[in-house]
Amino acid sequence: MNTKVDICGVELKNPVMTASGTFGSGREFSELTDLNKIGAVTVKGVAAVPWKGNPAPRIAEVYGGMLNSVGLQNPGVKHFIENDIPFLRQYDTKIVVNVCGHSIDQYKDVVKELRGQDIDLLELNISCPNVDEGGMAFGTDPVMVERVVREVKKEADKPLIVKLSPNVTDITATAKAAVCGGADALSLINTLTGMKIDIHKRAPVLYRKIGGMSGPAVKPVALRMVYEVCKCVDVPVIGMGGISDGEDALEFIMAGATAIAIGTANFVDPRATANTVKGIEEYMKKYNISDINEIRGIIE
Amino acid sequence: MKHIERARVISNRYIGDNICDLVMECSGIARESRAGQFVEVYPDNGKNILARPISICEINKIQGTVRLVFQIVGKGTELFSALEPGDTVRVLGPCGNGYDLVDDVEKTVLLVGGGIGIPPLLEACRELNCSKTAVLGYRSDPFLADGFADAGAKVYITTDDGSAGFKGNVVDLLKAEDIKADVIYSCGPRIMLKFLSQWAVEQGIDCYVSMEERMACGIGACVGCAIPITDGKDWTYKKVCKDGPVFDCREVVWQ
Repeated sequence: MNTKVDICGVELKNPVMTASGTFGSGREFSELTDLNKIGAVTVKGVAAVPWKGNPAPRIAEVYGGMLNSVGLQNPGVKHFIENDIPFLRQYDTKIVVNVCGHSIDQYKDVVKELRGQDIDLLELNISCPNVDEGGMAFGTDPVMVERVVREVKKEADKPLIVKLSPNVTDITATAKAAVCGGADALSLINTLTGMKIDIHKRAPVLYRKIGGMSGPAVKPVALRMVYEVCKCVDVPVIGMGGISDGEDALEFIMAGATAIAIGTANFVDPRATANTVKGIEEYMKKYNISDINEIRGIIE
Repeated sequence: MKHIERARVISNRYIGDNICDLVMECSGIARESRAGQFVEVYPDNGKNILARPISICEINKIQGTVRLVFQIVGKGTELFSALEPGDTVRVLGPCGNGYDLVDDVEKTVLLVGGGIGIPPLLEACRELNCSKTAVLGYRSDPFLADGFADAGAKVYITTDDGSAGFKGNVVDLLKAEDIKADVIYSCGPRIMLKFLSQWAVEQGIDCYVSMEERMACGIGACVGCAIPITDGKDWTYKKVCKDGPVFDCREVVWQ
């Protein structure tokens, strides 16, 4: 039974990845689940310099999901290179580095610093809804998407995945723009902008009022967008958004995703990644599927 | 090391207005827990996806049980309030750093708790082998106070309405009774911790406070529960779930 998939020449032992920002760099999860079982770990967003992030409250629970407004708090690319790459390399899993910035130059600075480092793939975060500059501001305008991707791609020595925002009318427009700019692969979706109000305090729960929604409740929206994007681009697509188990993962694969990522489900069950791998394998056994790639994109 | 266990409920009862006293068997977690740590309890009902962080009130390593005393504040805790003996619930823990308790019989320790911040101090009280005083602040009903007396503490109670003990807040009582100590361990509402910290710094007493913030993962990955922590010069956001919940009161940015 083959569960290996290929993302731009990088072979993942299985199609299960982690979604950026939900898994740190794996350290916190390593005592609860086996990182060797995961196809690739996509680390929390890395910026050129340390970012403080947003004031609390940063978290609100909503029906079947959650809102976050972390604001890409991270200790910067140098800290990442020194501490997190050596840690993750102890495990048999691929390393995907999520790159964030407030400007095109800042994205480029991170990618330059990562040149020659022992990582496998880059993921460009132009879709975070929780920062004032960069993030989603870049990711919702196709002209801007193409420009950012083209500029960052020039500096990259690893295949570049571009992570798309769902907060657009037509996601195929930003998907095509990213590919035109030189994206080697696409990942989607980032969080949907959302809000929650505490009626007793008569105030928004989140300090920044609006945050990014994720979790099981967003899965149908994510699946629809992955399906639409897979129909209009030729690069590999990494599907994410509310995936909790093997069944969810298989829906995205059938919609055309080459790999999938577990995000919020890591908070609900720290073993969600390994359980998803197991769920996929059980399905393949049950239906006598010898290669996971056979069922990719089978939905017309 | 943390464990994920399906804990079996031994008992669950009300000990105050909206206050539940839940004892459950989860031997792996009980074995590794210390005072001031917390567990993540999962509602597992589909709509409430996130675990609820609840501090550990008492640890019994021999019987493999932990006791949680929590207030019903929302849908998750309401669900846990309905658990019956024999039911199981998914639990992750132990989480957080816990209190670094002094191990010196010559020392004098002060435990200061407010409301639903009182439970984690009970395990601290049980583990301390020195002279200890507990100052417990309540709105009215003084739940758990007997436990502190049983664990050998001199107990002072304050209530907002004066229905039991001293009428006023814990810091008023500390001043009125002129209480002295070498170290303070505390947990309670932020405003109480702030004024307690001011008093402790004035008195030159080391003071450790257990903080609270909304969490998603409980293990340090999501960076949701960040609060500003200072080294005296600069500040950064630290995680309540992993770097805390217990911090030196002088590190917390209180404004």
